[in-house]
Parts: sequence; structure tokens; C-alpha cells
Amino acid sequence: MDFRSSEQPARTPLRSTTTTGLKIVVVGGFGVGKTTMVRSVSEIRPLSTEETMTRAGVGVDDASGVETKTTTTVAFDFGRISLNEQMVLYLFGAPGQERFWFLWDRLFSGTLGAVVLVDTRRLADSWYAIDRLEHHGMPFIVARNNFGEPAHPLERVRDALSLSGDVPLIDCDARRRESSKAVLIALVNHLSTLSSARESIS
Amino acid sequence: MTSWRVDSENPDRLYTVTGGRSRADENSLDVVSLIVSECEPTPGMQSEHVRILRMCHRPTAVVEISAELGLPVSVVRILLCDLLDTGRITARHPPSAPAKAQLPDLEILKQVLVGLQKL
Repeated sequence: MDFRSSEQPARTPLRSTTTTGLKIVVVGGFGVGKTTMVRSVSEIRPLSTEETMTRAGVGVDDASGVETKTTTTVAFDFGRISLNEQMVLYLFGAPGQERFWFLWDRLFSGTLGAVVLVDTRRLADSWYAIDRLEHHGMPFIVARNNFGEPAHPLERVRDALSLSGDVPLIDCDARRRESSKAVLIALVNHLSTLSSARESIS
Repeated sequence: MTSWRVDSENPDRLYTVTGGRSRADENSLDVVSLIVSECEPTPGMQSEHVRILRMCHRPTAVVEISAELGLPVSVVRILLCDLLDTGRITARHPPSAPAKAQLPDLEILKQVLVGLQKL
């Protein structure tokens, strides 16, 4: 532990041998459990930060010559998992709403893959996120965060989300470490399958 | 001392912190690029730079610096570019971002899997 500076709370630094940062993004609607999932597997208490982007307005509404600007701000949480001496995996919990996707390329290009966390009571919240991930060519799996007895079989969820058969869909309890870990493993297995298929073609 | 020029009258903290610049070389630093200090802070250095140098004795991701300083990622990138340009920090970049619709390297995925299974 590094208590050198009194102005900062104790942080848990990475190993000095760490050379490679990797990212996985958990996307979902408000209150679906993104931060809960990040917290359950993270080696640090989740931190939060934000990104802003100012864009020149595209309005053509007047002849005054005044350029309008809009500022997009997106807040997101993250945690991390040290995988070995060299690699650290950052897990980001990110909102799925529209303005977030303007920042995707700035924040999350190079992401290994994404987990779409869904709440069956608000499935519609995930349609947009799934559409955007497909648009960005970002591989993903869908995890239903299940509190208690599932009200619908998973296949009904797949139909409701119009999810193609090759996208894994699993149940999880984001509060439980083992369950969140299984979600991440399912994602990495899915990525490996896609990667192997790609390599055998080329 | 740095050549930093700060308009101390300006009320907008982000503007002040970055000296009014709005863009860094955006492609050079990923949110998970790991920053390492190469020197100790010197007297007269901007306070954010001092905090970054202290924080990065051990490798620290750009996004952790952002959370710690309470500043947006884009502002932190500008601060880091200053320190990079003057050799006060170095950056360990993630594997090159796969182009759209490309997939991560199998060898990396294998190592991620092993790491996760040990959790």
C-alpha cells in the first residue's frame, strides 16, 4: 500500500510488471445491475469517471452565424481484475442510452467484447444497445440479471430481443462473484469461438 | 519549472487546467493505456501534473487517473500528453485496437480465460 500522499485515499496500485490493459464493457439500462456486476468481480472498489464531448451544432435554423455547441457528458463506472503479472482487465459499466454511443469510439475502441445486461421487466431498454453493438461490429453476449425465480424461459427472452441464435444468452446473479465470473468466461469463450472461426477462414 | 501558462482569473476549471486547449492527440492514449512516472515532481509544476507523477510510481491506467483527479478523460489525456512530450512519463499501450468487425488475438483470449478462471 502506498500512503505517501495524504490527499489521496489509499489506492491499490497495479503490479509494477503490468504492461497490458484490456477492456470489457458491460452495457445496460439504468438500474439493471451493471455496477453490481463490476463490483462483484473487481479487485478494487468500483470507481467512476466521465467523458465529455463538445460538438458543433448541426442546426441550420438561423442566419445569425452563431455556432451552436452541444456538450455530451457520459458517466461510467469501472473496476479491474489483474489477470497475471503482465495483464490487467478493466471492466466498464456503461449506460446504453443514445448519447453514450457518440463516445463509444473514443472510449471503447479496442474493447475485447461486451456484455449486455438485461432486466426482463425492461427488455426494451436493451434493444438500442444491441443494435448499436451490432453497428459497431462489437461481439457481445446477453446476460439476464435474475433476482429470484425467472418469470420467462430464456428462449422467450431471445425471441423478445430478436437475438440471433449464435449470440449466447445466459442467466446470472450480478451480486454473486461466481455468477459474474461465469458471465465473463462465457463472453471470452464466445470471442475465442469467433476468433477461431475467423482464423480458419483466413 | 514548466512553461505552463495559466490564466488564474478564469473561473472555468477545465479550461484553466488545460490552458484552454481542447484537443490532445486523441489516438495516442487509450483509456487503459498504463502510465508510469519517469521522474519526481519539481517545484512550480502544475498541481495536476504533480498528482499524476505521484500516482504513477506504479503503472496506472488513464481512466484511473481520471477518476482520481475527478477530471474527464479528455482533459486527463491533454495533461498526460504534456508530460509525455517532456519525457516525465511513459505509456504502456494496449494491443493495437482491432479494426471494426475484427476480433481479438486468440493468444490474448487464452490468457484472459486462464486469469478469469483463477478468480
